[in-house]
Amino acid sequence: MFFIISNDKELRVDGRAYDEFRPIKIEAGVLKRADGSAYLEVGGNKILASVYGPRESYIRRLLKPNTGVIRVRYNMAPFSVDDRKRPGPDRRSTEISKIAADALRPALMLESFPRSMVDVSIEVIEAEGGTRCAGITAAAVALADAGIPMKDIVVGCAAGKVNDQVVLDLSEKEDKEGQADVPIAMMPRTGEITLLQADGNLTEEEFEEALDLTMEGCRKISQLQHEALKARYSSE
Amino acid sequence: MIYVNEKDLVVPGELLAEDDYYSGRGTFEDDGKICSKLLGLVSLRNKKISVIPLKSKYLPKKGDVVIGKIDDVRFSMWGVDINSPYSGILPASEVFGREKKELSRVFDIGDVLFLRIVDVDEVKKVKLGLKGRGMGKFKGGVIVDIAPTKVPRLIGKKGSMINMIKDKTGCKIVVGQNGLVWVKGNEDMEQIVKNVIKLIEKEAHTSGLTDRIKNKLCLLIDGELPPEEEEEAEPEVEEEAFEDGLKKPELQDFREEVEKELAEEGFLEDEADDFEDIDDEDSDDEMFDDSEDEDTEDEDIEEFNDDSEDEEGFEDFDDELEDEESEEEDDEEAEDDKEDKSKKPKFLDTFEYINEQKKKNKSSYDFSRADNSKSPTLNISQGRGI
Amino acid sequence: MMVKELMEELVKLGDTQVIVGVKPTIGEPFGDTPNLGVLMTNCELLPMAAPGFEPGPPSPESIELARVVDRGIRESELVDLEKLCIEEGKKVWMLFIDLHVIDYDGNLFDASNLAVMAALMNTKLPVAEYIDDEIVLSEDETMDLPIRDKLALSTFVKIGNGLILDPSLEEEEILDARITIGVTDEGNHVCSMQKGGEAPLTRDEILDAVHMAFTTKDDLLSYLD
Repeated sequence: MFFIISNDKELRVDGRAYDEFRPIKIEAGVLKRADGSAYLEVGGNKILASVYGPRESYIRRLLKPNTGVIRVRYNMAPFSVDDRKRPGPDRRSTEISKIAADALRPALMLESFPRSMVDVSIEVIEAEGGTRCAGITAAAVALADAGIPMKDIVVGCAAGKVNDQVVLDLSEKEDKEGQADVPIAMMPRTGEITLLQADGNLTEEEFEEALDLTMEGCRKISQLQHEALKARYSSE
Repeated sequence: MIYVNEKDLVVPGELLAEDDYYSGRGTFEDDGKICSKLLGLVSLRNKKISVIPLKSKYLPKKGDVVIGKIDDVRFSMWGVDINSPYSGILPASEVFGREKKELSRVFDIGDVLFLRIVDVDEVKKVKLGLKGRGMGKFKGGVIVDIAPTKVPRLIGKKGSMINMIKDKTGCKIVVGQNGLVWVKGNEDMEQIVKNVIKLIEKEAHTSGLTDRIKNKLCLLIDGELPPEEEEEAEPEVEEEAFEDGLKKPELQDFREEVEKELAEEGFLEDEADDFEDIDDEDSDDEMFDDSEDEDTEDEDIEEFNDDSEDEEGFEDFDDELEDEESEEEDDEEAEDDKEDKSKKPKFLDTFEYINEQKKKNKSSYDFSRADNSKSPTLNISQGRGI
Repeated sequence: MMVKELMEELVKLGDTQVIVGVKPTIGEPFGDTPNLGVLMTNCELLPMAAPGFEPGPPSPESIELARVVDRGIRESELVDLEKLCIEEGKKVWMLFIDLHVIDYDGNLFDASNLAVMAALMNTKLPVAEYIDDEIVLSEDETMDLPIRDKLALSTFVKIGNGLILDPSLEEEEILDARITIGVTDEGNHVCSMQKGGEAPLTRDEILDAVHMAFTTKDDLLSYLD
């Protein structure tokens, strides 16, 4: 999608430049029943996100008297990976659900919906590295599509270290063989970071490089989110 | 400094303007920058920027009329699902006065009612009531749900759309401001009305919708198009537009329509309205009194008689009370009736009522003009003048 | 705050107490890593530790804690998993690391990590041999776990505009955002990171925190000696 060819760094295994994404496609409003929905493809990832709410919830203890709350369920389809994944939540998806909710929450402005709940569901149909960021990106589009008031549309992307070089948007292969992975999510207008994880081995300088690369990447994906939302209502 | 134009489609977080502009509905201010918080259309009134949402949930407002379904019966109240993030409660006292009765004998779970929102408190506890003409339980019919933001379009300017559908199909239709619509007629007609309402919801943003719906209804019911009236100018083009319009409405038109809706909904406030819309709720009741003369003069009064007398779809609530209540209740009832006469508007019909509400919700500036005129809708379109 | 090692697996950080048990067993390696031992980290936030901790299936919080600690140990590669292989493709050592939080007074991440580090450094395995399809464990010979490096987890919370290291319970209750950074002692690398909390962080705040994590690690790791 973005081709910024630079000469000072080698191309990657799949021929991409260090700051190049896999092809990305975002579509808003793909489900009929859900209040908001989005579909996202990046490389081999195929991800659906849906939003119901704000609505009443029977889980009273989760609700807040002064604002609405968000609940996220990240789930991988059993057929989304090479070996069949056992259906249902596992530790990994529980953690991602939690941090995805943390990543989306700072943008929400649900003060006019006290005691209500917004349910976000992120379903990975096919996985090929970087599903958590892609899922957050799709979920944010679905939230906007559902008419949820927000400060900004959160966007996620990852950088990592492969062959001692900091690169953007790791594929599954790069993630497995690489030395580090830094997924982030941010609110592009203010540049505030709402999700940050890292694993692998990075020096302090490399981490800074990775952070800047992802922030730049997020700004580009943000444009695609805007286009997807606008396309939904201008070209039926 | 402004970055967008009137009617632009914007997304949450998008920068709209800086410095000498004011933040209106659907926007927020951050460090002097005004940004959208919704996916919606920009609306500019002088220096005030608002964003009108394309989708939103129904937020209960005092004075609204809604259709709700009983989903809980307790000792002294009913729980009512009103198609909103917040469910409503209908206190037994609203129905029986001080008398104690078994609630489920009057309304049971699953019953669908036409109600008024009596009060909404700060934690969104919604109190419902049944005082007013036509309020009560529906018998038979079907419920169609549409997005609450599309309700004004379904009603049309001064009820033009809904009236046309009623006339054409002979169905009784009641529209709740929460996006639920009750339809009763013969079975085929109910189905037609249902489809048409869904079509209106889908194409609310296209122009010439009332005419297209009219044509469609005529085709479905009479088997032919209605006699052309004012369309002689470019009949072929119109017809093409009819075909195309069903498939791919244009954005431009969409905005125009939305703008109309907004004008009708009172979203586009006048300068007199200033920043806040606080006067919306409180002024409602007072304004009933003032405008009553105007109401009675309205041409639709006949329909009001028609509806209230012949509406066999309604289980008339007052009757029910008389049947089941003891004598001591009569006093209160009489009081209610008196109150009805003095305070409440003559109930015209749901959509009429809603339109009236809309008018009341307009700024005092608009209202004062409406006072001197027999045709308040004219003022609305003037008020819009974009 | 004081870090005191009471037993080989109990760590107290302030009033936060975490017990860690490391159980070595012998099992089969994963298909894609036939020559590597296996590490599994699990965590229980015991109901005795805080009024808000409830019995039942693990909460998202406990799973997050376990996974952040696990990621730190795994990604820093401080345990030489190749040396935990007994017979490639057949038998390897599996280390089950179980975290028991018995008293919660803030900063579970750093306390848990120190407890795990302490436990791993004290774990001894019997020498195992693979002879004729069978495992033979030596009765008197033991080996230390092959530990290559040390990991320091530093948690900061953002309250208002300030970043605070090692939050107490009171501070955690009012935190806006939280960031946990794992750095290795010898490798001098960032090897794990996790953000939490409702508020966002700016780029500069994150870079400050990373920098501080490097400067505090020696101090933190000195408690292990």
